Amino acid sequence: MKDEGTAITATEIQSLTKRFGKLTALNSLSFRVCRGDILGLLGPNGAGKTTAIHCMLGLITPSSGSIRILGLDISRYRRKILSQVNFSSAYTALPSNLTVRENLLVFSRLYGIKSAREKIESLLELFEIEETIDRLTGSLSSGQLTRLNLCKAFLNNPEILFLDEPTASLDPDIAAKVRERLLELQRQRGLTMIYTSHNMQEVEQMCDRVIFLAKGSIVMQGSPSEIIKQSESSSLEDLFIAIARNGHLYQTVANQGDEPCGSE
Amino acid sequence: MWLRISAIVMRYFFLHRRSVARVMEIFFWPVMNLLVWGFVTHYLQDLALPKAVLFLLGSVILWDVLYRSQQGITLAITEEFWVKNIINIFISPISVGELLAAISIVGIIKSIVTTVVLGLLAFFFYKFNLLKVGPGLVPFLANLLLFGWAVGLFTMALIFRYGRAAEALIWGVPFFIQPISAVFYPVSVLPVWLQKIAYLLPSTYVFEGMRQVLATGKIDISTLGISFGLNLVYLILGSLYFSWMLRKVREMGYLSRFHLE
Repeated sequence: MKDEGTAITATEIQSLTKRFGKLTALNSLSFRVCRGDILGLLGPNGAGKTTAIHCMLGLITPSSGSIRILGLDISRYRRKILSQVNFSSAYTALPSNLTVRENLLVFSRLYGIKSAREKIESLLELFEIEETIDRLTGSLSSGQLTRLNLCKAFLNNPEILFLDEPTASLDPDIAAKVRERLLELQRQRGLTMIYTSHNMQEVEQMCDRVIFLAKGSIVMQGSPSEIIKQSESSSLEDLFIAIARNGHLYQTVANQGDEPCGSE
Repeated sequence: MWLRISAIVMRYFFLHRRSVARVMEIFFWPVMNLLVWGFVTHYLQDLALPKAVLFLLGSVILWDVLYRSQQGITLAITEEFWVKNIINIFISPISVGELLAAISIVGIIKSIVTTVVLGLLAFFFYKFNLLKVGPGLVPFLANLLLFGWAVGLFTMALIFRYGRAAEALIWGVPFFIQPISAVFYPVSVLPVWLQKIAYLLPSTYVFEGMRQVLATGKIDISTLGISFGLNLVYLILGSLYFSWMLRKVREMGYLSRFHLE
């Protein structure tokens, strides 16, 4: 069932293609994310970032290609994989008419968490929103809601965390705090993160490696400093703008990400 | 498995605990319905049609079981679209079967609460005793619950496929079934061609059976058996259709688009 050879690989994507009718949303993506790494999936709106993440979460069935998460094939072991990963997005919400405690209790049960109450309290404390525990979720500020979503995402101590623009609605202070917490948790637990963001400074701070997508294809990948150097751009933000405006000038990078993880 | 099922049941308990609108949905419309039909039947009683009182009030209460059961499934999942929580549910390790089991339990609870309240009100206001139906009441209710789930599965599959534009089906589909099921009148009233269709619906046997029990005190076990058999077929078809549609929805990426709508 488990491919032992890829045990140190958190995610392995091979020739992932997704077509919606005539639109090719993902065009033969291949990449690998090593355990403990933070990968940034970047690109302009419609580049395929969210589609790629949703394929990895089993929300979208790929047209072709394979996705292995923690050594398991998502098409066969979706539920087992989902019990070991989690997701937080600026575009999803928890029911507004339940309190913070109630929402987290429901999801604790869904993930089979023991000692749920203690876990909930410690996560709320970690993200500094413990005072909201008995408040209705709908009454929280957007910063509190984002942190609540992250609390939900950490309930099951995920091996891999998928984050879709997690700081999109936050003020700079809260966004910085959230990034610090995420990095802290990543270091403590060796957590793997797959991250999308339009904030390039954030990406530079957070990510070990980034993949630039344009029209569903990988056009560049490497560490933030490597690809700035490679592209002769002055910053990741300039490169982002160049790709967004002239993505067609960038050649699709084929067969990248095949380098093995760690000791493989 | 039970932990995940109980998580969803708990989610709806929390939801209803402080939502007057949702509790009203369980009580308000059924009670209003009962009052209107109660007064109509009083009028019919004055016209010397005493049996009509029994039939109509029994039908009002039993119809609500089917309606609540169908809504239990459809409204529960639609609620998750409304609050943008559907992705959180679908990326959790709950299976579709567990999710359906949980919302069916919510449907059973709602149906029982509504039936008890309507039964009590009918007794106090109109001297109608639902228990007069006798032990047949249990299979009648069970058949209506099962058919409500089957209809709910078909409705929900269409909502997954066509999105929020199809939400009107939640309330529309039961009222498409109602006239054909001969809820408030015997099947013989329907045109012959429609009678054939009526007998394809498990609910028809329940309402015909209820009228027979109230009129003669006898219950026809064979028709109840047909009703259960049809329910089994519809539930299997409903589950297959729902699962197939969910697969299509994942292929088309609709599940991930719902939260953006």
